Amino acid sequence: MMLSLLTIITGYWFDIRDLSNLSRKIEELIGDAGGPGWLIFVLSGLLGAIGIVSFVGGVAVINIWVERRVVGRMQSRLGPNRLGPFGLLQPVADAIKLMQKEVLQPATASGLIFTLAPIMFTVPGIWLMAVLPWGRNMTLASLDSGVLFLLAASSLGALAVFMAGYSSNNKYALFGSMRVIAMLVSYEIPIVMALLGVVLFTGTMDLGGIVLFQEKYRVFMVMLQPLPFFIYFISVSAELNRTPADIAEAESEIVGGYHTEYSGMKFGLFYAAELINAVVASAIISTLFLGGWWMYKLDELVPGWMIYIGKIYGVYFLFVWTRGTLPRFRIDQLLAFAWKWMTPMAILNLVLVAAEVLTWQESGWSAGLLLPAYIIINNALAVVTIYGFMTLLAPKFQRFPTRLRFYPTIDVPSLPAVAAADAASAGPRA
Amino acid sequence: MRPAPGRAHDDGEQSLIDDTGIVVAFYILAATTVVCALMVAFVRELIQAVLFLALTFVGVAGIYIVLSADFVAVVQVLIYAGAVAVLMTFAVMLTPAADRRNSETPFWGPALVLSGLVLAVIVFVAYDTSWHLDKGRGAFPATAASLGEAFLKPYVVPFEVASVLLMTAMIGAIVLTKEDEGDSDA
Repeated sequence: MMLSLLTIITGYWFDIRDLSNLSRKIEELIGDAGGPGWLIFVLSGLLGAIGIVSFVGGVAVINIWVERRVVGRMQSRLGPNRLGPFGLLQPVADAIKLMQKEVLQPATASGLIFTLAPIMFTVPGIWLMAVLPWGRNMTLASLDSGVLFLLAASSLGALAVFMAGYSSNNKYALFGSMRVIAMLVSYEIPIVMALLGVVLFTGTMDLGGIVLFQEKYRVFMVMLQPLPFFIYFISVSAELNRTPADIAEAESEIVGGYHTEYSGMKFGLFYAAELINAVVASAIISTLFLGGWWMYKLDELVPGWMIYIGKIYGVYFLFVWTRGTLPRFRIDQLLAFAWKWMTPMAILNLVLVAAEVLTWQESGWSAGLLLPAYIIINNALAVVTIYGFMTLLAPKFQRFPTRLRFYPTIDVPSLPAVAAADAASAGPRA
Repeated sequence: MRPAPGRAHDDGEQSLIDDTGIVVAFYILAATTVVCALMVAFVRELIQAVLFLALTFVGVAGIYIVLSADFVAVVQVLIYAGAVAVLMTFAVMLTPAADRRNSETPFWGPALVLSGLVLAVIVFVAYDTSWHLDKGRGAFPATAASLGEAFLKPYVVPFEVASVLLMTAMIGAIVLTKEDEGDSDA
């Protein structure tokens, strides 16, 4: 029964295993009606865009609930549970509240930049969705330089954050945006190097091509490239301003960071953009390292895009997990972590990957022989590097630290009042 | 769902440059780029000038896309709009004299002469080049791979020299900004 149903719906537009059938059907209809040839590109582009934008909208609403609920469980709380079943209507109520709030703007803010910043922060995240391969034939824009496009579009966020911080005319907003930019500039390097390892190994920058490489050799990239996976995961969670690295909006230090002065839906856009960017980062990780829509035999039974969304939420859970467990870094620790740990590790990995690819091309040995060897070598390298860096570079654990970590030579001057009190207490005794 | 519209014209018969959509896109992008470039010079607030400059970079990237050089376009956005513009905002923030006004400067004369010279060079190059259009070129050929081949095979020496130059500049910047050990407590 099930099989016959599958054979009936295969090849029709309502075959949910491959939504690209829809545009094929439209193409046939246009061909029958004698319409112009370019119409199909416009229509299928529009359909894909509508699909992506509705996915983005759904994600921005649902993930608020997912995140608060999961973090709540991790911290032995209940999380939102009053509105609707399991508190599912809470994000809807939040959204309605945000839309109704008055949009305040400081009198001294520079108006147009202040308004443009949240839009410019949100839009690149939605662009990134366009190049993701959602299924075998389901890529809206299959770019030859897809990985580079990801980097380019995500680098535009730095400018938007700066616009927000500068135009608010508030020193905490400016502090926040300066911190974000310092962090983005630092973590851009390990991210590029980690992705370069994957691109070098697969020999293509097209995201769909990277998935096809993993399908062809029946291996997840995370097995071949464990070190870039860790580097990318850590670096991207820093770029996303998520909690182990959310120094940009560290509430206890600088009020709220770059969006201190934003209220109403403008703040809502910043909040939604952070959730969207987290989902995009999870999607990039699942494409590059976890096989995208391909999953051994499973993608013959389950639609590829469902597997893909499942993987995205699996990685997203990892992000929420780190947020629920780890305390916040200090800014100097975070930057030192990028420059002293992530970057050298990424360079080491890149040298090894280049040597492996060269061996593969020049020796002519079969992939069945080389890939298992590479898996063993790369995992060994990952373990050795991480353990070695931990024992060599990490400061020894001290329950009561006696000096500043990472910067042993900085002499911290004591506050004038403390110095005066010290002098006063030391005076009578001398 | 389907490949990008440009791929449909992969027949090699008709030059893509003559396509109506491409012509319209070129004029829109060119107008945006030129207007933004003018605003960089005329706008009073320095930060706004930097933001217009970023928009100019994006416009130039769009023109690269029209010329079906998608790799160069993406790199243009990544490096100029993503990195150079951010560095410039940093430079503006760290300049003590630049508050919010782009004030009068005594250097407008030399600046005018220099930009005139640059314009003259570009116009000369544009007239001197023989513009023969490659009719057989498809919509989006994979330019990244051929660029990589070119960098690592025929042009490997200039490529390496450029890398060494950048390295020298980086070390120089570190040396210049490093505090002297003697007066670090000052």
